[in-house]
Amino acid sequence: MSRDMYTFLGLKRPGAVHPPGRKFTSNEATEVAPLPKEVMLPLQQHIGAPANPLVNKGDEVKVGQKIAEASGFVSAPIHATISGTVNGVSKVPNPTTGEPIRGILIESNEDDEWVKFSAADPDDLPIEEILNRIKEAGIVGLGGAAFPTHVKLQPPEDKPVHTVIVNGAECEPYITSDDRLMREETGRIVGGLLLIMKALSAKKAYIAIEDNKPKPISRISEAVSQADTPYPIKVAPLRARYPMGAEKTLVKALLGTEVPEGGLPMDVGVVVQNVATVAAIYDAVVEGKPLVERIVTVTGDVPKPKNLIARFGTSAMELIEYCGGPSSGANKLVFGGPMMGIAQPTYYSPLIKSTNCLLVLKSKQLEEHQCIRCGRCVQRCPMGLMPLVFAKAVQNGLYEQLSEYHIDSCVECGACTYDCPANIPIVSYIKTGKQKLQKVTEA
Amino acid sequence: MDKATQLVLSASPHIKGRTSISRDMLVVVFALMFPVLGAVYFFGLYILLMLAAATVSAVLTEYVAKAMRRRPFFLDGSAVVTALLLVLVLPPRTPMWIVVIGSIFAIAIAKEAFGGLGQNIFNPALVGRAFVTISFAGSLTRWISPTSSWLSDGVTTATPLAEGFTTSLTKLEMYKALFLGNVGGSVGETSALLILIGGVLLIAFGVIKWQVPVFYIGTVFVLTFLFGEDPLFHILAGGLMLGAFFMATDYVTSPLTTRGKIIFSVGAGVLVVLIRLLGNMPEGVCYSILIMNAFTPLIDRYTRIRPYGVVKKGGNN
Repeated sequence: MSRDMYTFLGLKRPGAVHPPGRKFTSNEATEVAPLPKEVMLPLQQHIGAPANPLVNKGDEVKVGQKIAEASGFVSAPIHATISGTVNGVSKVPNPTTGEPIRGILIESNEDDEWVKFSAADPDDLPIEEILNRIKEAGIVGLGGAAFPTHVKLQPPEDKPVHTVIVNGAECEPYITSDDRLMREETGRIVGGLLLIMKALSAKKAYIAIEDNKPKPISRISEAVSQADTPYPIKVAPLRARYPMGAEKTLVKALLGTEVPEGGLPMDVGVVVQNVATVAAIYDAVVEGKPLVERIVTVTGDVPKPKNLIARFGTSAMELIEYCGGPSSGANKLVFGGPMMGIAQPTYYSPLIKSTNCLLVLKSKQLEEHQCIRCGRCVQRCPMGLMPLVFAKAVQNGLYEQLSEYHIDSCVECGACTYDCPANIPIVSYIKTGKQKLQKVTEA
Repeated sequence: MDKATQLVLSASPHIKGRTSISRDMLVVVFALMFPVLGAVYFFGLYILLMLAAATVSAVLTEYVAKAMRRRPFFLDGSAVVTALLLVLVLPPRTPMWIVVIGSIFAIAIAKEAFGGLGQNIFNPALVGRAFVTISFAGSLTRWISPTSSWLSDGVTTATPLAEGFTTSLTKLEMYKALFLGNVGGSVGETSALLILIGGVLLIAFGVIKWQVPVFYIGTVFVLTFLFGEDPLFHILAGGLMLGAFFMATDYVTSPLTTRGKIIFSVGAGVLVVLIRLLGNMPEGVCYSILIMNAFTPLIDRYTRIRPYGVVKKGGNN
C-alpha cells in the first residue's frame, strides 16, 4: 500500500493532542528576580547519584562556588547560588519526588560576590576541557529531565553521533522560558551548539522550534546564518502539537528514524539537547560561569505572569509573590508544564535546575468513570501504545500484561489522559504499573 | 497568602481536554434528532410515544440495575442513546409493551449484566431489537407506509427489501423515494438523507471515524454489484445507513484501532450481503453487526499498533 494511501486511511501511527497554548508570557521580556535572602539547594537536582556536600554550617560561600561534588560519573556538582553563610545541611523539600531530601541551606550576605572559572576562547579549548567545564559547571538537561549533560556528550565509542538536535520545541502549554531565551540570547545558543558539535564531532545540527513561535524562528535563523561553521545547521520549524518536544517524537519528526525500544537517541547517532542547556554550556565553557540560575516562567493563576531569571534554591513562593501571589482559589502548584509537570506539596519548594515553569492552577477533582473504549487514548499516544490496557490491567492487578503491551515505552506525556472522556487518570495508573513491575523484577 | 494553604497533589497531566462521555452522547443524541424527527414526519406522532416509552424505561432500568449492583448512577446519556436507537430499528407501529420490553432487555441484559457501559460485548439496542424480533415475531412483521395521519394505524405495506419494488415507479423515482425516506421500513432507517446528515455531524464532531460507514457501505455496494444486484438499491434500502453510521461505530462494541475498525466494517458488509442474498431473512444489518461485535476482541488482538521503536513482530506501523 502506498504511503499516501496509508495516511489517508488513518493507518499511520497517530499521536499528539492540541491543548490550548495559554502562552501568556511570550511577550514578557525576561526580568531578573530579586535575590533571595536564603536558598535551599537539594543535593540531587539531576538524574543519578546525589552530590556530596563540601561545606559545613558556618562556612562562607560565594556565588558559583562548588558546595557539593558529583559522586560518580552519572551525577552533577551543585554550586552556591547566592553569597553568604551556610546555614546547615538538612532535609529540604524535593520538587521531583515530594519526599524531603538532603540539601544545603545558605543565608545571603547580599553582596552577590561571584567566583568563576577563567574565561576561554572556545576555538582554543580541547574537547576534554570543554567536557570538563560542562561537568564542573554542574550542567544537566534543563528541559525537565535533568540528565547530566557531560554524560550525554560522551557517547560510547561504538555509538558515534552525527547529528545534534537543539530542542526549542517548547510544546507544553503555558511555558515560554525557551521562547524568550531564543529571542533574547541567540548568540549563546548558537555558540553553545558549536561547542556541542565540536565535543561530539557531529557533522550536522537541527534547531527545532514549533511553528507557533515565528519570532524565535526568525531570530535564531538570523544568528545561524552568521555562524562560523563548515557544518550545516538547519532551523527546523515543527508543527505545533503536543508532545512534539519529546526526544523520541522529535527524532522521528526530523530524521524519520525511530529510536529503538528502550534505547536512546544516540543509538541512531543523535543527541538532543534542550535549548536552555545549550546556552548554559556556552556560559560555562566560554564565560566560565557555573550553573546557578535559569529562566523560569511563573504563570497560570497569578495576576502578573512573568519570565524570571532566578537563582536555584529560591522558594517558589518568593517568585510567585513577585508575580502578584497566587490568585484566590488557586490550589495547585506545578513545577514544569501542565502536561508533565510535578504537583508540589507546598508553595515553598525550591527552584531547581530542571524547573522551567512555576504553574499556579485552580484544579478541580474530576469524577472517574468506566472506560468506554472510545479509543482516543490509542489515537493520541505518540508511542503507539494502548493506554487503556495499562489502566485496566493495573485496576485489575494483571501486571504481567503491562510488559506485553510495552509499558516501558510510555514517556508519560499525558496525551491519553488529557483527552480521556471518562476522566481516567491513565498516567497515574501507568506510573503505578511501572513501579509494580520494577518490584517484581527486583524480587 | 495563607501559608498553610492545602495544595492539591495529583499526577500529571494537570489540564484536561473538552472530552467527556456526556458530551459524546449529547452529540450522538443531537445527530439522531435528524432521523428521529424524520420518523415522526413519516410515521406520525405514535413514534414520539415509542421514543418516550423506550427512553423512560431505559433510564429507569439503568437506575435500578446500578442500585442492585451498588454502583453509582450517572446520567451520562448512554441509556438515552440506546433507547433512541432501539426505537429507530423497530417497525413504526410496534406495540408499546414490546418497546418497553425491548428497552428493558437492552439495558438490563445486554448492558448492565455485562458490567455497564464499556463492558458490554454486544450493541445493546441491537440486542434489544433481536430479542423482541425473535420473541414477538408476529407483532413485528407489520410494516406501514409513510403516512400523515399522525396517530392512525397506518396502511400496511411491504418493506422494499422484503418485496422489492413492484410498483410502477421508475428506477430514478425509486432511488429518490429511498433516499428521502418515503418508503416502508423501520422507524428511523428509511431516510438515507437524514441519516447522512446525522452521520456527517458525528464525523465532524470527531465522535466517529469516517472509515466505518465508508467501508461498511462500500463493501455492500461492491459485493452486491459483483453478485449482479442493484448496488444503489442495496445501500439505500433497509437499515444499512443507520447501522453504518450509528451502530457499527459504537465505541464499546467495535475495535479500538482504525485498522481494526476497517476489518470490522468490511466483515459486517460481507455478512449483510450474505444474509440478504443467501439467507432466509430480507435484512441482515442487525445480525451482521452483532456477529462482528463478537469478533471485536479477536480483531483487537490482531490489530495492535506497532509501538514506536519496536521492530516488526506483527502488524506494521
